Amino acid sequence: MIEVNEDWCKGCRICIERCPVNALEESDKMNKRGVRPPRLKKVNECNYCRLCELLCPDLAITVFTDDKKKESRKTLLRPVGGRK
Amino acid sequence: MVEVKTADQLNKKFLRDGMWPTIFCNGCGHGVVLEYTLWALEELGWDMDKTVFASGIGCSSRMPGYINADGLHTTHGRAIAFATGIKAANPDLNLIIFTGDGDCAGIGGNHFIHAARRNMDMTVIMINNFIYGMTGGQLAPTAPLGSIATTAPYGNIEPPFDICNLAKALGANYVARWTVTHPYQPIKSVKDALSKKGFSLVEFLAPCPTAFGRRNKLGDIKKHWEWYDNNTILIEDYERIMNYGTEKEKEEVKDMFPIGVFQDLNNPGFFERYEKLVDRVMGGSPKTPVKAKAVVQK
Ligand SMILES: Cc1ncc(C[n+]2csc(CCOP(=O)(O)OP(=O)(O)O)c2C)c(N)n1
Ligand code: SF4
Ligand code: SF4
Ligand code: SF4
Ligand SMILES: [Mg+2]
Repeated sequence: MIEVNEDWCKGCRICIERCPVNALEESDKMNKRGVRPPRLKKVNECNYCRLCELLCPDLAITVFTDDKKKESRKTLLRPVGGRK
Repeated sequence: MVEVKTADQLNKKFLRDGMWPTIFCNGCGHGVVLEYTLWALEELGWDMDKTVFASGIGCSSRMPGYINADGLHTTHGRAIAFATGIKAANPDLNLIIFTGDGDCAGIGGNHFIHAARRNMDMTVIMINNFIYGMTGGQLAPTAPLGSIATTAPYGNIEPPFDICNLAKALGANYVARWTVTHPYQPIKSVKDALSKKGFSLVEFLAPCPTAFGRRNKLGDIKKHWEWYDNNTILIEDYERIMNYGTEKEKEEVKDMFPIGVFQDLNNPGFFERYEKLVDRVMGGSPKTPVKAKAVVQK
């Protein structure tokens, strides 16, 4: 889940443009500044990577890990090689 | 231990009530640098009562005002001099300086040079937006060749200042440059810089859509941010290509900004040397060292 402090959002769209799985969109509501803060799309692949939270220049986004979604199974594959 | 896990908790812990949202323009990189610094501080678990922020003048220099800690908003270019004074009066304090490229490399250049040369115990976070943002876009000493400013309407003909190279040559303990467009490396780097004794510098290449991007036709905020990704290269890759690459590869990267950690030393900082000097002069034995602080306070 993402939570947006709507009045802090300046509408730069960095979160929307840089989300690796394209999970965000502009909401249909305008804030005090007349910009549309982001929201999660109805259907989305958000994996809580927190990139949007870390990149937002106005510290307006908080990402909460959604416990309801199952964690994807860990791979058993182990790379062999490398220097270490 | 990291107790803060979300931006919301981070905000509640570190931000000064009533100051937010910031005055920074839409898409400005300054807020991002502030956030990376706060995450680094959170990971270090520093006591904010022992941390002092100092800044000069400029958009970047507004940053201490947003943090709930002691801060000094000083005169243009002089933050490092004020910070040196604070550190001399109370060496137990941690000093963080937020400064712009104009503030640090322009008017404050000499303070910067001598603090780096002395390996003065402080961390300088210089936000380089290639321009004097606050005053409307005059040419900064860091401006890339050919860039447009109000005072360079036909394009900059002066070679830009590489502040990291300068700090490195002066023997600063820690020197790094990053862009604001990727979070993890810079957060770790700021953490490393803060933990260092002696002088540390982290330079951030940060978008200024209003005074720099617009004038230099870098496009909308999305494109302007991408410009930083497309025109920077990790120092390790840069050196590999410059040493072993084909002529074509060299041509492609030669004008890019190298980013990464340029210097990481553990030489004694100024105050370590000073304490030793006081010890020697005052005849303190190793068991009962005379605190430099006590002498200063007299
Ligand atoms: C002694 C003095 N000279 C000039 C100014 C005007 N002035 C204010 S901010 C600034 C430039 C700041 O540039 P920079 O440090 O790059 O900050 P930015 O706004 O780009 O973050 C100047 C020249 C001043 N305030 N004081
Ligand atoms: S947490 Fe990651 S995946 Fe989810 S919306 Fe933010 S950037 Fe996209
Ligand atoms: S990055 Fe922050 S300020 Fe920009 S649109 Fe997203 S929430 Fe708003
Ligand atoms: S003028 Fe430039 S540096 Fe200053 S707040 Fe606006 S975008 Fe940021
Ligand atoms: Mg500047």
